[in-house]
Amino acid sequence: MSLDKLKNRDVSVDDYINIFEDNYPKTSWEHFKQVIKRSLKGELFKGLGIVLNIMRQALFKGEMQTVQYPAEKLPIGPRYRAVHKLLALLESGENRCIGCGLCEKICIADCIRMDTRIDENSRKEVLEYTINMGRCIFCGYCAEVCPELAIVHGGRYENASEQRAHFALKEDLLTPLDKLLEQKEYPGFGAVSPDADKKIKKTPLLY
Amino acid sequence: METSILIETVVKAVVVLSVFAALAGFTTYIERKILAFMQRRLGPMNVGPHGLLQLAADGIKLFTKEDFIPANAARPVFMIAPIITAATAFIAMTAIPFFPEFELFGYTVRPIIADINVGVLFVLGVASVGLYGPLLAGMSSANKWALLGGARTAIQLLSYEVVSGLALLAPLMLVGSLSLIDINNYQAGGFTNWIIWSQPMAFILFVIAGFAETNRTPFDLLEHEAEIVAGYATEYSGLRWGMFFIGEYANLFTVCFLISLIFLGGFNDLWFIPGGLAIVLKVMMLIFFFLWTRASWPHIRPDQLMWLCWKVLMPLSVINILITGLILMF
Repeated sequence: MSLDKLKNRDVSVDDYINIFEDNYPKTSWEHFKQVIKRSLKGELFKGLGIVLNIMRQALFKGEMQTVQYPAEKLPIGPRYRAVHKLLALLESGENRCIGCGLCEKICIADCIRMDTRIDENSRKEVLEYTINMGRCIFCGYCAEVCPELAIVHGGRYENASEQRAHFALKEDLLTPLDKLLEQKEYPGFGAVSPDADKKIKKTPLLY
Repeated sequence: METSILIETVVKAVVVLSVFAALAGFTTYIERKILAFMQRRLGPMNVGPHGLLQLAADGIKLFTKEDFIPANAARPVFMIAPIITAATAFIAMTAIPFFPEFELFGYTVRPIIADINVGVLFVLGVASVGLYGPLLAGMSSANKWALLGGARTAIQLLSYEVVSGLALLAPLMLVGSLSLIDINNYQAGGFTNWIIWSQPMAFILFVIAGFAETNRTPFDLLEHEAEIVAGYATEYSGLRWGMFFIGEYANLFTVCFLISLIFLGGFNDLWFIPGGLAIVLKVMMLIFFFLWTRASWPHIRPDQLMWLCWKVLMPLSVINILITGLILMF
């Protein structure tokens, strides 16, 4: 590649086709000819044909674009950033969060608050974890920064509700115990490895 | 004898009023559905099967909406304007023969409220009085968008009255009568006798003028949402707004019946199709065409509208009359 090409910053300009319509009618006779030409071209009827064809495709070929929303929903991407979910430990169903506070620090909307303490085993314990959904901008930084993959974004995008209680409860965000088998794991530091079943040994108490 | 005619006329008037008011409402449903299909949508679906009861829902909504009158509006004029539109739309129908004569319980019914021998003139005259509806609405609303819409009403409807009148003159010269029944009977010979074949130019001109006079999309500058909010109807709500649109759709039916009667053979039998069905089919085809153009064609600017009217259509219609006259002479 030559230096010229490298220095050309207007990459996309080359793709444009410039149309200079410099044959504007000048005399009134030319105006008249243009009017006659455009009138007899039948472009309006071409437009009618296109619209009728679209109607035919929509009615008889099933190319209807409507999604009847509350009844049917479009699938969304697996990593779509909707309402948060707190993942649970697969062994115990406990919150996977270790209380490091990184999500609280990184949150640019300042909507995550956590309350921690050192418990009697000198381990950090998360007492309270709240996300203010009214402020959250769903940037995904908290899920990005979490070293344990404890907080991820789920797929629930219908956020409207009439009740205050629906927005803030940690129990709603944390994977419930009976849904633990359905918990989706993302590869990363805190996630269970794909061959986790082989690695886990049964505890002596079970024998 | 006298009382029987009186009763018959009242019954006919009530039937026409109720049927066309209901049809005007139903056309809004058809319009929404067809426009939706042409845009790969479904349209109204939730009220009733395939949204069939949407008409009732819309009606309830219009009836129960707050009916407000702006503070600085000219109250009586503001209140009367929608009535003018709806009333003239229905009065224009009195001179239109909708179907051929038929027998009902041994009694011959002529489906025309008043068979006056100047039917075309009456319909055109009353339809042009309908111009006062949007015009007065726009001027009395105390709203600049409404005022602009009213001004556009004046230029558009008034200008296209000229074109439609001149366009109809040529077929009237052929027939030699202003009665719509005479015009219909003139085309009794079947498909080849339709006036559209001898007057194709008048047909095109009258259809274009019909678009402008019924305020349909390529020419709906009266309430062009993209430019002047909702034009003359900006300040209207509820039932008054609904009356404007009932009037508009009734006008649409009037124009479609006029086109069918004057150019497309009217209610004469067509091959194996009986006359009553033939005219309904023609009118439905024309209404579909009106909706179809709404889905496909863009709006035009007011100056283009005036240019089209005075520099193209008016000279063309005059030339058409001249040629028709010369041919009739020699």
